Amino acid sequence: MKKELIELRVNGRAHELAIEPSALLLDVLRQELELTGSKRGCDDSSCGACTVLVDGVAMMSCTLLAASCEGQEITTVEGVSEHGALAAIQKAYGDWGGAQCGYCTPGFIMTVKSLLAENPNPTEADVRAALSSNLCRCTGYSQMYEAIRVAIASERAAVPVDE
Amino acid sequence: MSDFSIIGKPTAMIDAAEKTTGAGKYTDDLSVPGMLVGKILHSPYPHARIKRIDTSRAEKCAGVVAVAVGKDAPNPYGILPVGHDEYPLALDKVRYVGDNVACVVAVSEAVAEKALELIDVEYEILPAYFDPEESMKAKTDLIHDSKPGNLEKDYHHVFGDPDKGFAEAHQVAEARFIANEVTHAAMEPHSTLASFEVDPHTGKPGRLTVWSSTQVPYYLQHKLSLVLEMPMSQIRVIKPLVGGGFGGKSEVIPLEIIAAVAARKAQAPVKLTYTREEVFWAHRGRPRTIIDLKTGVKSDGRITAVKARVVQDGGAYCSYGVVTILYSGALLGALYDIPNIQYDGYRVLTNKPACGAMRGHGTVNVRFAFESQLDELALTLRIDPVEIRQRNLLQPPCITVNGLRVQSYGLPECIEKTVERSGWKQRKGKLSKGRGLGIACSHYVSGAANSIIRSDMPHSTVNIKIDRDGGVVVYTGASEIGQGSDTMTAQIAAEVLGCSLARVRVIAADTDLTPIDIGSYSSRVTFMAGNATLRAAGEVKKLIAAAAEQKMKCTVEDLVFRDDLVVKKGTVPPVLKRDQAEEVEVTQAGASVSGRVEGQILRGSLQQKRKEEGTKDWMTFEEAVVAAIDFHGALTGTGSYAPPQEARGGRHKGGGVGPSPAYSYSAQVAEVSVDEETGEVTVHKVWAAHDCGRALNPVSVAGQIIGSVWMGMGQALTEEMIWKDGMLMNPGLLEYRSPSSVESPEVEPIIVESIDPEGPFGAKECSEGSLAATIPAIANAIYDAVGVRLHESPFTPERVLAALRTRRHAKALNLTEGVDPTSPERFREHGGSLCFKGKGPERHALDPSRREQPSVRGGAD
Repeated sequence: MKKELIELRVNGRAHELAIEPSALLLDVLRQELELTGSKRGCDDSSCGACTVLVDGVAMMSCTLLAASCEGQEITTVEGVSEHGALAAIQKAYGDWGGAQCGYCTPGFIMTVKSLLAENPNPTEADVRAALSSNLCRCTGYSQMYEAIRVAIASERAAVPVDE
Repeated sequence: MSDFSIIGKPTAMIDAAEKTTGAGKYTDDLSVPGMLVGKILHSPYPHARIKRIDTSRAEKCAGVVAVAVGKDAPNPYGILPVGHDEYPLALDKVRYVGDNVACVVAVSEAVAEKALELIDVEYEILPAYFDPEESMKAKTDLIHDSKPGNLEKDYHHVFGDPDKGFAEAHQVAEARFIANEVTHAAMEPHSTLASFEVDPHTGKPGRLTVWSSTQVPYYLQHKLSLVLEMPMSQIRVIKPLVGGGFGGKSEVIPLEIIAAVAARKAQAPVKLTYTREEVFWAHRGRPRTIIDLKTGVKSDGRITAVKARVVQDGGAYCSYGVVTILYSGALLGALYDIPNIQYDGYRVLTNKPACGAMRGHGTVNVRFAFESQLDELALTLRIDPVEIRQRNLLQPPCITVNGLRVQSYGLPECIEKTVERSGWKQRKGKLSKGRGLGIACSHYVSGAANSIIRSDMPHSTVNIKIDRDGGVVVYTGASEIGQGSDTMTAQIAAEVLGCSLARVRVIAADTDLTPIDIGSYSSRVTFMAGNATLRAAGEVKKLIAAAAEQKMKCTVEDLVFRDDLVVKKGTVPPVLKRDQAEEVEVTQAGASVSGRVEGQILRGSLQQKRKEEGTKDWMTFEEAVVAAIDFHGALTGTGSYAPPQEARGGRHKGGGVGPSPAYSYSAQVAEVSVDEETGEVTVHKVWAAHDCGRALNPVSVAGQIIGSVWMGMGQALTEEMIWKDGMLMNPGLLEYRSPSSVESPEVEPIIVESIDPEGPFGAKECSEGSLAATIPAIANAIYDAVGVRLHESPFTPERVLAALRTRRHAKALNLTEGVDPTSPERFREHGGSLCFKGKGPERHALDPSRREQPSVRGGAD
């Protein structure tokens, strides 16, 4: 298939890429841009390990054409760390056992980011419903809930009261 | 309570940031210059002779560099020395749908996939065996010619006098239990990257480096050497981050060797990564197990004898099978006091992917049967299910009738705590209709006392080096697979040396750099690699202490290593504000006049300091390290661990499997509700007490307990590999039905610490032992809820409903009546995975597309 030139905005940076129109976003991220944080755990959007944000919406990049994301803002797990330091959710996932083998973790982090952007104060039922798009085989999910609670609390503590 | 500064504290894993930022590299994330991609051609037949393979059309394909076939590496291998029955690529026969036939190496995945379709293979189809009990009757067309009756291995063990035991029993229960096949489904699909270096002397391909998602780098190195006929010293295996194993990466998976064979043929680095579907075909999970179990008890509930006949559907190759079938029998012991045991185990070959080791290796399915039957006996005798378990406790230290040495034994406390927290006594029998509580116990080895490679070498060795910068580098062959092995190593080293965790760097699982460790399986790492770390750190500490005692003019016994300081006992650990301020200043200025930079003291300034200060009551860790290097030279230490002779088990045939230096214990209560209309079981909560000896890192211990219980719940309720004529019907993560966050109950982990006399700081395993109790706890809770005893896992709505209707004497409702899910006429390979090209699935009778068909009739209630 003939390659086409597209511009992809990933984590705030624009990349000009020559890709096949059939190229999947996950493959472009991992192979062309060497952003290997997004993982391939299945091939049919059943596991969520490849979750990225496309214009703030959590999407599974393994079944998304890269070309269709032109003009949209893509955020991968590599774009989550703030100023080179761990974001609250990343720190909390580490501290509270939200990540064991870590393979599903980037996908979960992105799902949580999108959940919290939409609903900054989710109940446990909200969290469970949101996380059900992603699979984890290590944790049984419980410690993730704790991590998310802590992350929300620490984000809140970091925001000055007068804001 | 001992006072520790590092262990016992909730600690984030040392690689947590790599994982949460996406910076950490798993095998498939790696690439090397000139790397090519490999794709495997799989067998479409469950049992066939390969008459001819023609790869010429594929080789001519633009972009294809090489096509490897069986004769490129015709040496058999297998994880067990007694089971060398596999070839990386089939030589003459394929034995399951998905067996490996050829490997295309190409410039891209798309090209490789296209080329797969151009390989012509002529098969002679042979009769295939799918049911183990049928397979055992086979006379002709054996799966392996050397295995008559398709029997991989059978064992017949008698301990004590079972006949006498049953004669003494007041109550005997006998039943058949079936646990269906489950798989690891680790989130990371297997991946291997193999690359040869050019030898500078011969100018030909020389050393091989393999990066692989493995739990056992050393075994991989060993098997690669066997198949490729290369010395082990010429092979380097590196384990990058591994995205979960659960046993699925604890042996050499075909792609790991195929990648190397392909790289050799293509004369270029080759990466092979399984698709999710291929992971299901590669499998090596928990076999479907048929358990005929008989238990005798006295009227007070004391067990008099147990007889088990276990048949495992092992799939087409030996894999870990001989060990699995032995574990199933051996671990009838060491949980309760059972005076008489008879065990007949059959590991049978069938034309399906090989089963191997999976979390709770060998014990899980038999434990489901045993704990269910014990519950049944308790109810018959009108004894509380908790009580009957308490009446059958071991009295450690002891050696069981089948030769297992038990020392630390936290089971009584586990039962007590889980009963208390779940409110068993107040709530049992008083829950609303359709809701129930069930209890079950389990245990597991903290490492196998006998390595699968028969040798007396230590099972773990750890090296530590400390340089003048005070940085501690630990070299361990133990494999971090997400369970926290690297963090455990760092914690133990830091605790022993009294330094901060940040000082410790762990270099792990690289056969060139790290000493031999037999890998991450049988829950051995904390106990064995932990003990080796403890000893290595102890060695180095001795050297530092010897130097410090001279500097501080005191005896070694008077020294305390803690918080990055070496302090004379009795001295209040100095928190010197002046010094800290000075350090900060210096750091900001870079190097300083005093020669002191952060984390480092240069020699000149140290001598100056010595003159100034004379004898001291304390030293910083760096100062002590520098002093030690000045006194002794290089600061290194080695420690190793081999299980003690007393813990290596009985002398009977097969007695080598089951013994462990220590056993973990678990007791669980599950609360479930059953919808009698739909047969759906909901687990509301599981209280899981686990005796892990000592919790070195409570967050990780809790995580391992929850994870085990959760995985057990998956096997209990939804997970099942469904086969039809050797075809897997559900090779995907949605179809395999691993529970999502919505379906996962709250698990309350309760940590019990029995402080094992031989474990590092008293620690034992915590990652597997809890799994086995969950399935029977749920089964027993289902009985409590609706009064039906389920004999086959998983407890799907169909099975629960069938049991409920049987209880009501209603006609069984056959939900699959008229459904022929696939009946493929033929199928073909496609893109490294398999898809049907046949008449396709027929529809359910109630499916709108076949409305003209009569609908399924249910029986009258």
